Amino acid sequence: MSADTLPFWVEIIVAALLILSAVLTLGASWGLIRMRNFFQRMHPPALAYVGASWCVTFASIIYFSARSQGLQLHVWLIIILLSITVPVTAVLLSRAALFRGRQVGQPGMPPALHPRTAPPANDGGR
Amino acid sequence: MSPLLSGVITFTLGAYGVAILIALWRMLRGPTAQDRVLALDLIYIIGMLIALVVGIRYTSDVYFAAALLIALFGFVSSAAMGKFLLRGEVIE
Repeated sequence: MSADTLPFWVEIIVAALLILSAVLTLGASWGLIRMRNFFQRMHPPALAYVGASWCVTFASIIYFSARSQGLQLHVWLIIILLSITVPVTAVLLSRAALFRGRQVGQPGMPPALHPRTAPPANDGGR
Repeated sequence: MSPLLSGVITFTLGAYGVAILIALWRMLRGPTAQDRVLALDLIYIIGMLIALVVGIRYTSDVYFAAALLIALFGFVSSAAMGKFLLRGEVIE
């Protein structure tokens, strides 16, 4: 098999996955514009974090496997890394939004489970 | 590179560029600081996708390492900024 010709069905699959990832990414950033407050806005980027990155990773795995006639799974590392790191970022950002919303007194914020009566002891080397 | 795959890759990269511009509008406009951090995180992920697609285009493994590094630095910067918004300092 020469290096430049791939089977047609491989090209069709790779092209479909790439187009799907493009559509999902556009939907993610369009949702980032459309949603009204921050907690709704946290949802659309998950389309890019999960959908688009999985599509591109599968396209890359299929393309490189078809070219080299062996399974090339190293791109899978991207999915593993993203699935570990994205929830951490989401939790940190939502906690920050909750904390800042309560501090500003923004309406609609859920009350704290353990309300602090006194400010926390603040002796940590400031 | 067949004309079908080449055209599809050009379209995909164009769509990623438009998505980055839309997210950049949210980052520059965003009413609160966490909106800007979220938009910057999305831009990082789209940049990683661009590196992967360019790696398919030129059939090279170097872009994969670049994509891995972009994802890693995106996580570190977003986590640091989220931590800063939560506490006012990054390392306590």
